[in-house]
Amino acid sequence: MSALLRFEGVALRRGGRLLFERLDVEVSTGQALHVAGPNGSGKSSLLRLAAGLLRAERGRVERSALALADDHVALDRELPLKRALQFWGPPVEAALEALALTPLANVPVRLLSSGQLKRATLARVAASGAPLWLLDEPLNALDAEAATRLANLVALHLKGGGAIVAASHQPLPGEWRQVELGA
Amino acid sequence: MIGVLIARDIRRGSTGATWLPVAFFLLVAALMPFAVGPDARLLGRIGEGVLWIAALTAALLPVERLIEPDRADGVLDQLALHGLADESIAFAKIIAHWLTFGPLLLIAAVPGAALLAMDGRSLVATEIALAIGTPGLAALAVAIAAVTAGLPRAGSLAALLLLPLAIPLLIFGAANALLLEAAVSLFLTAGGPFVAGAAIRASRT
Repeated sequence: MSALLRFEGVALRRGGRLLFERLDVEVSTGQALHVAGPNGSGKSSLLRLAAGLLRAERGRVERSALALADDHVALDRELPLKRALQFWGPPVEAALEALALTPLANVPVRLLSSGQLKRATLARVAASGAPLWLLDEPLNALDAEAATRLANLVALHLKGGGAIVAASHQPLPGEWRQVELGA
Repeated sequence: MIGVLIARDIRRGSTGATWLPVAFFLLVAALMPFAVGPDARLLGRIGEGVLWIAALTAALLPVERLIEPDRADGVLDQLALHGLADESIAFAKIIAHWLTFGPLLLIAAVPGAALLAMDGRSLVATEIALAIGTPGLAALAVAIAAVTAGLPRAGSLAALLLLPLAIPLLIFGAANALLLEAAVSLFLTAGGPFVAGAAIRASRT
């Protein structure tokens, strides 16, 4: 078991507000971590910090190769879904299939609904091949069937030696270790 | 990844909107005879300067779509996660922007010169100066686009920032001081990726 993500005594300040300090987190292969907490407690910021998009004020962050799904779709809106996903590299067919997006492969991204966009964002992460997935509010806008598909995808990824950190204010399906951030 | 990014940006840049700066460029050139009168000798004499003014103002039009859409959509973040330095992203965007802007402007300068009754010699001189100066102009546009990305009224702010900084290009370009024009253009092209890269990084707060 090797750590794919490790926080040591991490403090994060954004906009002059201290979101958390002395945070120690370790996520190893096969582990799933649920970052919980009320709105504005710094869940998304923790993910962006884990991704290396923000700098910690104090402490050390070590990370392996990772993929991030937040509320930015990062897919070219004028392209068909499949081509837009292919910009980010690896083969995408399996990820499209896993999230029931195959019938939408030729639909331009701009025409997708918010739930479909969320699934597309998750497909981008699933196709990335990165061992560590960072998912921000993965259940937002998903219907019951899509949530089940996500749970299956998560289980498969963990079984394959991956790790997942998900930030969500609601309970997630499956077995998750929990970290609670204060408001 | 850089090659893929350049190809993508060229594809995204080659839409109907690509022609807007060109149309604007020709429009400014076409306005000049109305403003100063149809005296061909006078027009021919000021033609080079007019084409440069037209080129600078045309360079303002695409600024808002160079960086901001990708920042708002999370593309810049995802590129960083794929291991691209922000400077490399900016460099790719400068190349792609010049390719969708520079050559078209050079072509548009031909009818532009005709509108201004310029002779063949000064058209060639202007074309050479524009070919040297537009890479610097493209780099400046991308850098300004990155600095103003996400700000309210970014378009007007970008104009206020870009036009003064483009004055050296204008002076040496219109005066046909090609070596100095090349020096300024090289300075902007070399420095642009670093300014834009730092601005992209600073926008992630």
